[in-house]
Amino acid sequence: MSVSARADIDRRVRVSSRGTGPRRALLWAALAILAVVAVMALFPQLVATQDPLRTDVRAALEPPSAAHLFGTDQSGRDVFSRVVHGAGRSVGIGLLATALALVIGLVVGTLSGIAPRAVDATVMRVTDVLLAFPEFLVALVVVAILGPGPTNVAIAVTIAAVPVYVRLARVQTRSLSLAEHVEAARILGVPAMRAFVRHVVPGVLGSLSVLATIGIGSSILAAAGLSFLGLGPTEPSPEWGLMLSGGRNVLVTAWWIAVFPGVAITLTVVSATIVGRSLRAGAEGRAR
Amino acid sequence: MSALVVQGLSVTVQGMLLVDGVSFEVAAGECVAIVGESGAGKTITASALLGLTPDSARVTADVLSIDGVDARAFSESEWRDLRGNRVGLVSQDALVSLDPLRRVGSEVAEPLAIHTRLSRRERRERAIDLLESVSMTDAARRAGQYPHELSGGLRQRALIASALAGEPAVLVADEPTTALDATVQARVLALLRSIADAGTAVVFISHDIAAVRRVADRVLVMRAGRVIEQGTAADVLSAPQHEYTRELITATTHAPRADRFGLGDAVLTGVDVSKAFAGAPVVDGASFTLLQGQTLGIVGESGSGKTTLARMIVGVDRPDSGELRWSGGPGAHRVQLVHQNPLGAFDPRWTVGRSLREALEAGGVPRAARAARVAALMAEVGLDPVLARRRPAALSGGQRQRAAIARALAADPDVLVLDEPVSALDPSVREKVLQLLGRLQRGRELTMIFISHDLDVVAAVSDDVLVMQDGVVVEQGPVAAVFAAPQHPFTQELLAAGR
Repeated sequence: MSVSARADIDRRVRVSSRGTGPRRALLWAALAILAVVAVMALFPQLVATQDPLRTDVRAALEPPSAAHLFGTDQSGRDVFSRVVHGAGRSVGIGLLATALALVIGLVVGTLSGIAPRAVDATVMRVTDVLLAFPEFLVALVVVAILGPGPTNVAIAVTIAAVPVYVRLARVQTRSLSLAEHVEAARILGVPAMRAFVRHVVPGVLGSLSVLATIGIGSSILAAAGLSFLGLGPTEPSPEWGLMLSGGRNVLVTAWWIAVFPGVAITLTVVSATIVGRSLRAGAEGRAR
Repeated sequence: MSALVVQGLSVTVQGMLLVDGVSFEVAAGECVAIVGESGAGKTITASALLGLTPDSARVTADVLSIDGVDARAFSESEWRDLRGNRVGLVSQDALVSLDPLRRVGSEVAEPLAIHTRLSRRERRERAIDLLESVSMTDAARRAGQYPHELSGGLRQRALIASALAGEPAVLVADEPTTALDATVQARVLALLRSIADAGTAVVFISHDIAAVRRVADRVLVMRAGRVIEQGTAADVLSAPQHEYTRELITATTHAPRADRFGLGDAVLTGVDVSKAFAGAPVVDGASFTLLQGQTLGIVGESGSGKTTLARMIVGVDRPDSGELRWSGGPGAHRVQLVHQNPLGAFDPRWTVGRSLREALEAGGVPRAARAARVAALMAEVGLDPVLARRRPAALSGGQRQRAAIARALAADPDVLVLDEPVSALDPSVREKVLQLLGRLQRGRELTMIFISHDLDVVAAVSDDVLVMQDGVVVEQGPVAAVFAAPQHPFTQELLAAGR
């Protein structure tokens, strides 16, 4: 019974306890990894030591060495350079899909939030159906229909991710439309549409962005997963999921072909998620 | 031997001294009130009496004796034995303090399950007895209900019953009536008084001088962690020694406004205005007249339809039947609303200045003139224009309410509707905001509608008053006349409860 009084005091007293010690260090590590990935994606030629497409059968399946940091694959291509050049494609598809999902979710969700009941109900039932299946399965079905290729993978991952954004955007639109400050603006004489664009949409965008930062990780993973199944970019393009699949059969004899792209995927996804969660905690702290 | 003896109690949290050498005693059968404004250290003093201070707090005391037990070096488990058994707590918000998933009866009986060996059946009977002892009618049925099924007053009673279950020698009540309507508050205060009379030592924490006057034998006035004055309630409240105590008391007692000067013709006439939500009438046949330059007070308890009436006057809601007749036709007057909760009324992501500029834009002020007008408006309501760069969350309650008033003035209204504009403010801040409103009214020749549950405040600012109960205007007239000779039983009850 006296818990509330105590929580109240706790809340008032706890000012700056967020993100100290090991948690803070983890966040910095994640940010550093993402910075490296970003440099690899934007300027691969600065980091890569060799041409990722140049084959050299005499140097095939060489283990990691000074000449080939991550070793070479079956065709003698430098795995390190391929991981570096693959960053743009792998992360790019995930980012593109997340950005598209965010925009589509924002537009569809906010409009659904203010649409007549029949429209709103239809949109919601469609998202219900999509949400009923695992995201990856939905993406798989979409690629199966559209056919393989990097663009189609991005579209598939977008469609799989979009229902959650639509849902959140709709709920946020609903609650913000009723918020006191939106009503206050209307009473002041701000036209309804302008009040909606100024006070409701930015608020919705704020919550969607937080969701997106967490979603980037799973989108990258889904894109890599589809590539691994051979539905994304095709050989000889360097892409992490595809490289993983290429090294699968020789995992015992030449582990480095699959392990390094795998590590790249893992570190990127984990880092993106850590940063996303920390951003969310920050946003929640501000909202309170 | 006093039930509670505190000497030299200090609490430090993160290097800040929040409670500084507080000493007092409470004898059995006595009610001691601790009064002060927010941040005075009242609540943290109360939590120290229950061993509920946060882990980061350092509590020291020369003497801390609860029912004869020295509690200074208590561990958490020793405190647990004491709480609910020798010392009980009644906190402010009964809705969050009661477990929403447990029936009231089992919540009340919880201390019995922990501290006694009564059987389940005996506990049940005892819980019903306890609910009856706090004057809850139909106690057996209430015991089987969930907190959300009870009204605010009944929830507070249930909380008191659960605090009394272990028959504590000391009962700490932290703002137990703040969230309650005036008439309900009066009943809960009477209950606390009777608990003290029955032999419990009661520590009553409040910022409400009127409530303290009704229950307390002795009073401690706290400010910035220190006790600045203490004595019997009669002495402290009628002949305060300290300047701050005097301010606190004058800030909570007002003489009804007598000067009805410069009232013009009718601006707005409400004819039989009614509004229902989901079939339940919220405002039922309200008729009134609002004169030019007048302040019309609307009083009533929560759910009486005050806010709905205000929303119809502002034009957000439409009456189902009846008519709001504006002189010169609809749209001839600019009406603005000041919300009850200024924090919610501002976009949290915008600076106050940006919100003010938006209001000016909506009022048709050209872009080039807006910055200067924002500064002028802020100065007019007594805010440093520098504060325009802050977000609403970074302002104090009083500053926020001033900013909300400034925004309402941006559209240059001639009628201002104020919905509980000072309810959330500390007395001294409230006083300054009321003065500001008076000054604005004279300077701008504003007509005002002032909605409040606080009779005293309404009396101080209004010319005429409407008393509402369950959506019906039960009494109206000049404020001095209504307060001097209330006709309707509900007005009489309200007035009695407020004194």
